[in-house]
Amino acid sequence: MNIIVCIKQVPDTNDVKIDPKTNTLIREGVKSVINPFDENAIEEAVRLKEAHGGKVTVITMGPPQATEALKTAIAMGADEAILISDRAFAGADTWATSYTLSQAIKKVGSFDLVLFGKQAIDGDTAQVGPGVAEFLDIPQITFAIKIDIDGGTIKVKRQLEESAEIVETKMPAAVTVIKQINEPRLPSLKGQMRAKKAEIPVWTAEMIMAEPENIGLKGSPTQVVRIFTPPPRGNSEMLEGTPEEMAVKLFNKLKEQKII
Amino acid sequence: MDYLFTEEQKMIKDLARKIAEEKVKPVRAELDETGTFPWELMKEFAKADLCGLYIPEKFGGFGGGCLEFCIATEEISRICGGVGVTFAASALGAFPILMFGTEEQKSKYLPDIASGKKLAAFGLTEANAGSDAGGIQTTAKKDGDYFILNGTKQWITNGGEAETYTVIAMTDKAKGSRGATAFILEKGMKGFDFGKKENKMGIRCSATRELVFQDCKVHKSQMLGKEGMGFIVAMKTLDRTRPGIGAQAVGIAQGSLDEAVAYSKTRVQFGKPVSSFQGVQYILADMATQIEAARALVYATARTVDTGTNDISRDSAMCKLFASDVAMKVTTDAVQVLAGYGYMKEYPVEKMMRDAKITQIYEGTNQIQRNVIALALIKELAAKK
Ligand SMILES: Cc1cc2nc3c(=O)[nH]c(=O)nc-3n(C[C@H](O)[C@H](O)[C@H](O)COP(=O)(O)OP(=O)(O)OC[C@H]3O[C@@H](n4cnc5c(N)ncnc54)[C@H](O)[C@@H]3O)c2cc1C
Repeated sequence: MNIIVCIKQVPDTNDVKIDPKTNTLIREGVKSVINPFDENAIEEAVRLKEAHGGKVTVITMGPPQATEALKTAIAMGADEAILISDRAFAGADTWATSYTLSQAIKKVGSFDLVLFGKQAIDGDTAQVGPGVAEFLDIPQITFAIKIDIDGGTIKVKRQLEESAEIVETKMPAAVTVIKQINEPRLPSLKGQMRAKKAEIPVWTAEMIMAEPENIGLKGSPTQVVRIFTPPPRGNSEMLEGTPEEMAVKLFNKLKEQKII
Repeated sequence: MDYLFTEEQKMIKDLARKIAEEKVKPVRAELDETGTFPWELMKEFAKADLCGLYIPEKFGGFGGGCLEFCIATEEISRICGGVGVTFAASALGAFPILMFGTEEQKSKYLPDIASGKKLAAFGLTEANAGSDAGGIQTTAKKDGDYFILNGTKQWITNGGEAETYTVIAMTDKAKGSRGATAFILEKGMKGFDFGKKENKMGIRCSATRELVFQDCKVHKSQMLGKEGMGFIVAMKTLDRTRPGIGAQAVGIAQGSLDEAVAYSKTRVQFGKPVSSFQGVQYILADMATQIEAARALVYATARTVDTGTNDISRDSAMCKLFASDVAMKVTTDAVQVLAGYGYMKEYPVEKMMRDAKITQIYEGTNQIQRNVIALALIKELAAKK
């Protein structure tokens, strides 16, 4: 079974600062890590490989530093990794990113499963997994907490707000996973030695036959007008106690202020 | 201080530290309180390929030596001395096989120890034979192609949990110290059972248990080294594993210094953090200096072991002696810096102080280490004459 995992390198914190002038994330000085949900995707891919055999290929679209994330993936047990990197990819939104990744996946060739983390913690859109599935024209299942494979069929338990559902489809398919699916392993010593030696190929826009008008800022329908941290709202008051007590307090407050 | 580690050694250090911080730290207090054997953590070390650092690649290990082993043991012990010794005692059981085993014995036992699938242990001590190992009473009587073992080993680390045991027994009492022989035993062999599990002051998650042999029949192919070489096997093993105890001691000491420094910056008395008082600063400075000296001695000894020299008794005794005395002193000082809070179980330094004590006792008490060092000095002088 051939599994492709799409990962993203993100700043190591939820608390990133935004440059007020450019409205973009300040990445300098912030340590980079694999997007946490993508670690779950890598772990799941390695587990599926251990159970069913096959090969795990990890890809990322990013700057040369993203090689670091790919090496970590190899240390965790991935067989191969490819960096999709080109100046022309800069400024890509989720549409252009999905397009670019799907072009790279087509170049990788035959695959049974494409795995993603449910979303990246820096952008939080959860759009790239589904986007890639659309470009590849394969079925997609999001928010997986359990994956079972039986021949050419994949059965996935997906987490909904208050319940879970089980969805089945034929492979190849795309699946996005959530944190509860597994506990990602730490990279092993032998894995790290392998990662150190691994040569990571870099694929450019031309190599994946990406149409120039579909990639990077130019290929992105989304235009960021402004990013800002909303100022904290003043004068708020937290009510405490049991739900009943809080309801009574709230009622009294509203009455006091003559709202009701 | 730069100990000129290779890139691989740095990787081992980082990896062991990461597992210690992320997996060991959250559970160490509970393991200590309940005296639970840390199987889950042993599996983590296995998954990370840390169990066979000192075992050749040919037998599934990493192909490093005593230094690689010490680096990992130190990092694990920095967070928990009990988990550290559980990790290290497997090497104590495996070293005799590594040094004296036949190719067959090595291929049979080392790969599972290297992968972490199985733990090993070493059984020498008995109720009436501690420092005086020559007094052991467990016997192995020859019976055709077999030996029949009878007797009880006491205080065996990893007892009951390990699968592979190196055990020293008397094959010929009349020959005294030349009458002991080493055997490899497997958990589950008929006539091999486990006795009482001890309730200890420190390293409480580590299993310390009796090995009980009652007409336990082992084939002569399980004999390690030649008949009569039992004490040589034991002494040469301990010569090479004592740096591991030194590393455990350095780790425990470092852990307590880290806690003491961090605490001293947050605890305010007389309107200032206690770290601003010279009296406290001096304690911390002495702790750090002693630890660094102990660490340098441990690494230097481990490197000497890795040269393959046979002349290592004196050095390994020195490093175990010095590092363990430092650990006891430094952890006691750490409790002093945290004072009342340090005495409470809410903070980890009281456990570190309890854990440190054993390093002065096992693999030979520090008095015995001094005997070894003094004997080496006297021999050296005699050789010059
Ligand atoms: C937690 C724990 C784990 C252990 N794990 C193992 C294990 O895995 N395998 C194993 O084989 N053993 C193990 N041991 C045994 C350990 O190695 C012995 O406890 C140690 O060698 C000392 O023996 P003893 O306790 O009988 O002390 P004793 O020999 O009774 O010593 C009592 C006191 O007399 C001193 N003394 C004795 N002889 C001399 C001398 N000639 N000169 C000066 N002073 C002397 C000692 O230093 C000590 O202060 C373990 C012990 C403990 C407590």
